[in-house]
Amino acid sequence: MNRMLAIVEREMRKFFRSPMLMIMSMMLPLVQLIILGNAFGGKITGARVGVVDYDHGPEAIRVREAFNTIAANIKTFTTTDYTDEMLARENVRTGKLDALVVIPAQYSRRVEARDNPQLGLVVDNSDQFTSSGVEGEMQSLVDGLNKEIVQPRLASDQQLKIVELYPYIAYMKYLLSGAIALAMFVSVMIGGGMLYIDDKARGVHEGYLATPITGLELVLGLNLAGAIKAVLSGVSITVIGSLLGGLGVIFHPMQDLELLCVIIGTAIAFNGMMFLLMVRVDDPLLPRAMFGILNTLLYFPSGAVYPIAAFPKWLRAIAIVDPFSYAVHGFKSILLKDGGFVAIRFDLLYLGVFGVVTLLLATQLFKRTL
Amino acid sequence: MSAANDNVVTRQVSGTERKAALEGQPSAIAVENIVKRYGDFEAVKGVSFSVAEGEIFGLLGPNGAGKSTLIRMMTTLIPVTSGKAVVAGFDVSKDADDVRRRIGVIPQALTSDPDLTVEENLSIYAKLYSVPKAERAKNIEEVLTAVDLLKWRGAEVKTLSGGMRRRVEIARGLVHNPHIFFLDEPTTGLDPVSRIAVWEMLNHLKSTRNLTMLLTTHYMEEADKLCDRIAIVDHGNLVALGTPTELKNSVAGANVVEVHFDRETELWRERLEKLDGVTSVQPESAGFYRVITKSGSKTTMQIVELAQQLGESLTSLSVQNTTLDDVFVHYTGRQLRDEQVKATWAMPQRPGMQP
Repeated sequence: MNRMLAIVEREMRKFFRSPMLMIMSMMLPLVQLIILGNAFGGKITGARVGVVDYDHGPEAIRVREAFNTIAANIKTFTTTDYTDEMLARENVRTGKLDALVVIPAQYSRRVEARDNPQLGLVVDNSDQFTSSGVEGEMQSLVDGLNKEIVQPRLASDQQLKIVELYPYIAYMKYLLSGAIALAMFVSVMIGGGMLYIDDKARGVHEGYLATPITGLELVLGLNLAGAIKAVLSGVSITVIGSLLGGLGVIFHPMQDLELLCVIIGTAIAFNGMMFLLMVRVDDPLLPRAMFGILNTLLYFPSGAVYPIAAFPKWLRAIAIVDPFSYAVHGFKSILLKDGGFVAIRFDLLYLGVFGVVTLLLATQLFKRTL
Repeated sequence: MSAANDNVVTRQVSGTERKAALEGQPSAIAVENIVKRYGDFEAVKGVSFSVAEGEIFGLLGPNGAGKSTLIRMMTTLIPVTSGKAVVAGFDVSKDADDVRRRIGVIPQALTSDPDLTVEENLSIYAKLYSVPKAERAKNIEEVLTAVDLLKWRGAEVKTLSGGMRRRVEIARGLVHNPHIFFLDEPTTGLDPVSRIAVWEMLNHLKSTRNLTMLLTTHYMEEADKLCDRIAIVDHGNLVALGTPTELKNSVAGANVVEVHFDRETELWRERLEKLDGVTSVQPESAGFYRVITKSGSKTTMQIVELAQQLGESLTSLSVQNTTLDDVFVHYTGRQLRDEQVKATWAMPQRPGMQP
């Protein structure tokens, strides 16, 4: 026990002697949280839409007034008049315009005659986000134009009444759960992976192996130290991220306890996984090379950035075994939904079992000799 | 190795063992026919020797000879393929933990934590050896005094010089009061002044702590000055064993004449070998030869006369006694062993080893 604690002491002393390492291990998730949180999840504004009007009738004027309303209020797009449709199309193709609306000749007459009136919309769908935004706004505009001025006798506008359980969640808040998990992963990757292999390569472990320390004491000592570092990283990002994202859960002791449980479970799971991956590695370059692959393989399928329900089956299979998924789900359940222990108990169970199983496997693979 | 050399080794081993038995010294280390194989490659090929208590024993050999492999088997760091090694009365294969508690090990690389202070490094190792809390501070103070680092106890290791870091390693290896001390190339990479300081410290430690020491080195001078006995290892075999004096006497020829001719010709080696009393001639560089001879003064005269007869001139001429360098070259030859070994088999990379 004392020998295991000696390993923990050494690791923690090193950790606190290198504050830059600690800070840098938290920078990636923080930067990602701030940049991605602000870059994604916003509405499209300022798209450039060309208008070719072959009609110039009263209905065409109604359409153009609606465009002006959008430009003045929601600002999804602004319009520019074109007389040459071919030039306007070419401008969409070359990226000078994001979309083109064509009001065909006889449009007003067809509206009055109820003769299948149509507006044309040419979109640059190489940019799905912008084209979807413009399409959505145009569809609302057309729906508004279609509204009967004289109301029919029977109601024909049945509506779905949506009840949102939680206040509007900005994308940064949505990303925070993934950022905490990512910070802990980076901490484990650096503290438990890279430094472990570096120590091996420098002969530090040779020094340990010459002492009477048992293999189990050494493995548990290294993992306990790695878990403590990951917990410190997780707690730091939870506090910083919550303040940045405007989440007040950190001021509630019960939720703090629940978050701490998820953080500890995540630390155990990540450390076990990392030690299993690194237990037979000797080359210090290997964990560095693996970092990007593991980051992509584990972080993105976890639902941290995009919902798992939107994934193809094979990607969902990765998400099912990925401890990141349970960590992210656990953090979301507390940070965004205040779900309590009921919401996180399965996540805690999976993370705990995953950590113990991987650690046991790693202990079996650990060589007590050089 | 020649049959004559085989006889020398056999005679020396039996002679030394007889001497140890006569002196009634129990063995601190006894290695019997120990073998280490990596796949088809045999790194250590049935080596046997014993080290008496209180002795400083040197393992000498060129790079890749098997010295580090031997020391690692004795310190339980790598498993023994066959044979037996008993250290401090315990079998390294069966009672590894008992062995570990009684030995101190200084690896070849500097492995003390650079971010921690000298005292923290020692304290952590004292805990790894389960030194009781009450003794820990006293032991640390004693070993730091012994290696003359007491006033540096609070300094981070990364701020120390190479020689001081090596002394930290030595202090670390002693913090649990071991009976036997293993040092793998303890002065590699040190400047001459630091090297001499380490030698003096090891001699002091031996006398004050009654330590048995086994060290590997490829510095002949180090082995000569420090070791009571030396084993020369080459290609995984023990090729010679004895006291430094015994080993020097085992090489035919009592003196070495170093001669530098002004003009190099291919005939010099042949001419020198024909001189009376000359047992071997080693060409060093253009015109420079080391001549091993039974009589240094006689050979010197002959060389001067030979040069006069041929109308050649000498740049330099000196006579010296046989050194361990000559012994080393005599037993191990002069080939570039690393290249030979690597061409056929690549040693598994050693943690901490510089490429």
